[in-house]
Amino acid sequence: MNVHVDTAAPAPTRSKGEVLLKIDNVSLYFGGVKAITNISFDIMKGEIRAIIGPNGAGKTSMLNVINGFYHPQVGTITWRGEVRRKMKPFEAASQGIARTFQNVALFKGMTTLDNIMSGRTLAMRRNFLWQLIRFGPALEEEIAHRRRVEEIIDFLEIEHIRKTPVGRLPYGLQKRVELGRALAMEPELLLLDEPMAGMNLEEKEDMSRFIVDVNEQFGTTIALIEHDMGVVMDLSDRVVVLDYGKKIADGAPDEVKSNQDVIDAYLGVAH
Amino acid sequence: MLYREAGQFKTTYEADQAIFPLRQDRIGIAVIAALAFVVVPLTATDFFLTSIMTPFLIFALAAIGLNVLTGYAGQLSLGTGAFMGVGAYSAYKLTSIFPDANIIVVLLASGFFSAAIGVAFGLPSLRIKGLYLAVTTLAAQFFLEWCFIRIPWLYNYNASGAIEISQREMAGIVVTGPAAAPLTQYFIVLCVTVGLTWFVSNLIRGRIGRQWMMIRDMDIAAELIGVRPLTAKLSAFAVSSYLCGVAGAMMVFFWLGAAEPSAFAISLSFQVLFMTILGGLGSLIGSYMGAAFIWILPVALRVVLPSLGFDVAAETVQHLTSMIVGALIIFFLITEPHGLARLWQLTKEKLKVWPFPYG
Repeated sequence: MNVHVDTAAPAPTRSKGEVLLKIDNVSLYFGGVKAITNISFDIMKGEIRAIIGPNGAGKTSMLNVINGFYHPQVGTITWRGEVRRKMKPFEAASQGIARTFQNVALFKGMTTLDNIMSGRTLAMRRNFLWQLIRFGPALEEEIAHRRRVEEIIDFLEIEHIRKTPVGRLPYGLQKRVELGRALAMEPELLLLDEPMAGMNLEEKEDMSRFIVDVNEQFGTTIALIEHDMGVVMDLSDRVVVLDYGKKIADGAPDEVKSNQDVIDAYLGVAH
Repeated sequence: MLYREAGQFKTTYEADQAIFPLRQDRIGIAVIAALAFVVVPLTATDFFLTSIMTPFLIFALAAIGLNVLTGYAGQLSLGTGAFMGVGAYSAYKLTSIFPDANIIVVLLASGFFSAAIGVAFGLPSLRIKGLYLAVTTLAAQFFLEWCFIRIPWLYNYNASGAIEISQREMAGIVVTGPAAAPLTQYFIVLCVTVGLTWFVSNLIRGRIGRQWMMIRDMDIAAELIGVRPLTAKLSAFAVSSYLCGVAGAMMVFFWLGAAEPSAFAISLSFQVLFMTILGGLGSLIGSYMGAAFIWILPVALRVVLPSLGFDVAAETVQHLTSMIVGALIIFFLITEPHGLARLWQLTKEKLKVWPFPYG
């Protein structure tokens, strides 16, 4: 799989030199299994950061640590300059971390519109009693958020499936709706877990375009896991490479590509 | 050809998010409302009101209550009967403590008691899911039933152990007790049920309803979006038990007139659960359809069979009815596992393109 995706060549670095998230010496164990060992890296504000590595390297576990699903036994996570305490996923969400999943995790019984609306949950404040009568402020709020959601629907070019239950959509569109749902949260940091897995070339090109557009238009910082090296090298500003739970390389795509450890991890070493 | 959305353009999001965005649907609901509020009261006999319409509406409300919990929030419950009982007993106690209180206020207040009990028994849902949760709600069912029997204070130390509703007036009209006119009771039940349905439909189309469905469809993703499982699940338990409680209170006050603890046994839970499943999980109109199917069909069969000239004994009719209804339930669940509401939706989709096979 070495598909070359044509996107505008990324500027040397999009980051403004400000660290958004810093992972310091983090280790995560499940009983005796070491999922992540002593990993440190940072994500700069405004950049596209790729996390790559062979299967089982601990990439998804890393994302789960970042959005509060797993709590590392060792190490600290610094978010916007403050050391983060142990937190629940919904707290991470309220701090501005959104996420898509490797296996699409949409709300299958709901329409595209409702799925993306659900991303606005945290931004909606009207209480139970207003919701009950759905009148005045509650209705205004609902409509204001609907307007915002429609902008995202326009952006992702999914107007035609607005009222379709997502369970009926093809895989590529489901991935797109999932991106829309994450965007609706207006996150500061967007975590994408294999946004292009199982897509054909055309869908990959579309998705790459959306990722770059999200980064450039909304200024969202993006951390993505992806196995398609062409995509990773073209899109990202910096790449961190994991293997067996350890960090083996970190740097600009070109540096990483020529790193002997990385080549060994992917191709195996002759014994 | 009649049921087309062509030409009906929505120019505001408000219009697009209305309960009935299609003109034909609005006409349909207006016709149904006219039937319920005008035609039925003008033409119906007392038998039709007391044994068909009033219980149908009460069961529909209970089914909506269970649907909020099971259909929308995805938490399976077998305690519906007991929650209805809590509503009935608390309404009964409220009327004995405040004899002069307005009966509608008492009714709506009694729901809060069952909501509180529902929340308490909903706490295990934070840890367990699916069938295991159903078992814990079963515990609620048996525990509450035990309370109804063993705590004499709940039935005012009545020798019979049952709660009996005395005569009560509202604005000079007798509304409860044997002297109340079935029509009055029907009207009260109709207004309460329709009003509460409207409230629920508002909740479901808004943030709270979406949170319920998010938890139902994918709880992990819901949490990552910022839904607190605690609030979402317990609010579903509260709203659901509230509705069931009000339904239970209405059942005793406006329909049965008196009730023993066994009226709120597990068979009632199952009856409401079947209405919800057969009508369609996650559909309000389905709750009405399910209630109609399970409640009206057997009564109709019992009346229709003898009048068609089948000279059969009363018990035989009873057995025959159970068999026919049972067979129909199986038939419907095989044709459409998602219930009558889905069948209705498919029909509407077909109607939109009719007489052509595709749109």
